[in-house]
Amino acid sequence: MISHLLSISDLSKDEALNILDTAEELARVTETPVKKLPTLRGRTIVNLFFEDSTRTRISFEAAAKRLSADVINFSAKGSSLSKGESLKDTALTLQAMGADGVVIRHPASGAAARLASQKWMTGAVINAGDGTHEHPTQALLDAFTIRQHLKNSSGDLSDLSIAIVGDVLHSRVARSNVLLLSKLGAHVTLIAPPTLLPVAVNSWGVEVKYDFDENLDEYDVVMMLRVQRERMDEAFFPSEREYSRRFGLNGDRLSRLSEKSLVMHPGPMNRGLEISADSADSRKSVIVDQVKNGVSVRMATLYLLLGGN
Amino acid sequence: MKLVIKNVVDSAGKKIEIACDNGRIVDTKQVTNDFNVYDGKGLTIIPGLVDLHTHLREPGKEDAETVLTGSRAAVAGGFTAISAMPNTNPVADTAGVVEQVHRLGQVHGLCDVFPIGAVTVGQQGKSLSEMGAMNSSEAKVRIFSDDGHCVSDSLVMRRALEYVKGFDGVIAQHAQDPRLTAGSQMNEGAVSAQLGLKGWPAAAEESIIARDILLSEHVGSRLHICHLTTAGGVELVRWAKKRGVQVTAEVTPHHLLLTDETARSYDPIFKVNPPLRTERDVQALREGLADGTIDIIATDHAPHPAEDKECEWAAAAFGMIGLETALSISYLAMVQSGLISFSTLVEKLTTNPAKIARYEGHGSLATGNWANFALVDLAHNWRVEATSIRSKSKNSPFLDRELPAVVVSTFFRGTEVYSR
Repeated sequence: MISHLLSISDLSKDEALNILDTAEELARVTETPVKKLPTLRGRTIVNLFFEDSTRTRISFEAAAKRLSADVINFSAKGSSLSKGESLKDTALTLQAMGADGVVIRHPASGAAARLASQKWMTGAVINAGDGTHEHPTQALLDAFTIRQHLKNSSGDLSDLSIAIVGDVLHSRVARSNVLLLSKLGAHVTLIAPPTLLPVAVNSWGVEVKYDFDENLDEYDVVMMLRVQRERMDEAFFPSEREYSRRFGLNGDRLSRLSEKSLVMHPGPMNRGLEISADSADSRKSVIVDQVKNGVSVRMATLYLLLGGN
Repeated sequence: MKLVIKNVVDSAGKKIEIACDNGRIVDTKQVTNDFNVYDGKGLTIIPGLVDLHTHLREPGKEDAETVLTGSRAAVAGGFTAISAMPNTNPVADTAGVVEQVHRLGQVHGLCDVFPIGAVTVGQQGKSLSEMGAMNSSEAKVRIFSDDGHCVSDSLVMRRALEYVKGFDGVIAQHAQDPRLTAGSQMNEGAVSAQLGLKGWPAAAEESIIARDILLSEHVGSRLHICHLTTAGGVELVRWAKKRGVQVTAEVTPHHLLLTDETARSYDPIFKVNPPLRTERDVQALREGLADGTIDIIATDHAPHPAEDKECEWAAAAFGMIGLETALSISYLAMVQSGLISFSTLVEKLTTNPAKIARYEGHGSLATGNWANFALVDLAHNWRVEATSIRSKSKNSPFLDRELPAVVVSTFFRGTEVYSR
């Protein structure tokens, strides 16, 4: 197993499937009345959050606690970070405190990679979202959720057609999902206005469409991405209304999706912008499952990186 | 001091003797018994290198570099003339600041330090700085640049080009459309798309180059394009030269060797502005340099303290040091690859820049010139080590690399100012 989880590209297909299989086993623990395993007893995991993300932080926190690890939450607000302490000094501090694993969320792309590649600390680094680069555990929990609902005999995602819709350019969730879903055999289609796709998107080996309505019924999964309202001011699209009409998942589009298809969203949602309330709450929606599965997948990641042997 | 260098070859490999007296190169017929003899057996003598793009950080950021430490780095790299960019604090936009920098260079006496004046007040791009006063000051400024900032306003650029024509000045443009590059971190392409680092498109450089070529043609002024990095930029300059526009261009050693693939490490030692581009661009730059489209190699020596590089990519400063490795990297990229001869490389590093900047007495070993030269060992390699770097900052992407072409000794006005 790898020593850090920084990018989906660090994982082979087998390693990725191993995480998903392990997560399935660990998920059963969460079904029992005592939701706890002794695996990481005595180990210290630091949640190092330079960016607000209550959802991701509590998901990692729950995962670590269910494995009996000690968890320290270290957030930029109310710590020395707001006084301008460098990533290096923070890392040296964590090393001095004996962190076995660090879960890092940071607004700068590559921050997790920097933490892992410099000799500032020795613990395992898990990327919980770095800038507009990657969010590998989100992709793993998405793959887990898809597999749970659309399981095939090979255990991977081959023959599934998955659409990722929205602000791909700024989305770390999209980058990790493109890598992972392709690795697991799915056919990935990116759907967005050209302004919200990287100029070199053709090097990603996925299909690209500018029209959400084209062959809408052929997707097994429609994954909506969050659109940040401030993008409008940077001239990425003309108005919320136009974006919502052309790229939002509304009731009309929902009704044209195939019978067994899934609707996903990494959260937090802008209801009414990229996804309508009836889509988010429909029976096709597995958005709440994604959150639940996040804990199992993060347990598996921590278990395999820190205590697997 | 009277000195004669014996047993050396020139950059074309021809045996040569160089005599100097009173800081100047003199005819070897004037050598008498009282001349000191330097036996340069096995070495190649080249004119002292001339850099048109150096950041010395003094005044204002002396923790990164000073005129003294920058001069030390220069002579260790074989340079005897460097051109200090104006992005200091205060900005070199008045005669007072340029005279101070120039005087510091003279006092230290290791090499000539020629200040480059800012084109606009405070490098703000709004109103022209007193370029005439800087030109007639003791520093005799001939090159003007807002380096680091592009003179993006078309009207201000036009006026600047026109104005410096009055005293044979040249505007050195850092070609970067500011709107297209706000917050940019690296070359925009396949690598930036994967890494999630904001892209700096080639078009942002090329559109300014194209505009400035047209302006320069229209007003009949001299334009110099700083650190060309894209294949498209090379094409534009080639086209302009065919039309007879008075445009010259430079390329840095690092853009001749490194690509944006280096960013995959997220190590900001590779973060530089303009950014490292693709392999295709590197090849185009090398071809452009070889066929004369690109006139010179300039270092864009940009020292930064450790803390400005020991951080996440987006938080890091742009720039890398280059004075001490320029000759070796250029030799590796251009001569060892078989594209040009060593004597042509030397022209790109000294003769041509001296011509563009009108630095009298620099750029060749002709009799009457300053006795500025370097002795180079082309048969051996050397290793770039942080401990032996003379610059105050150590932000070199070539640390621990073994490089060809060793600068053994550097002479400034007949005096040895560096010896390995």
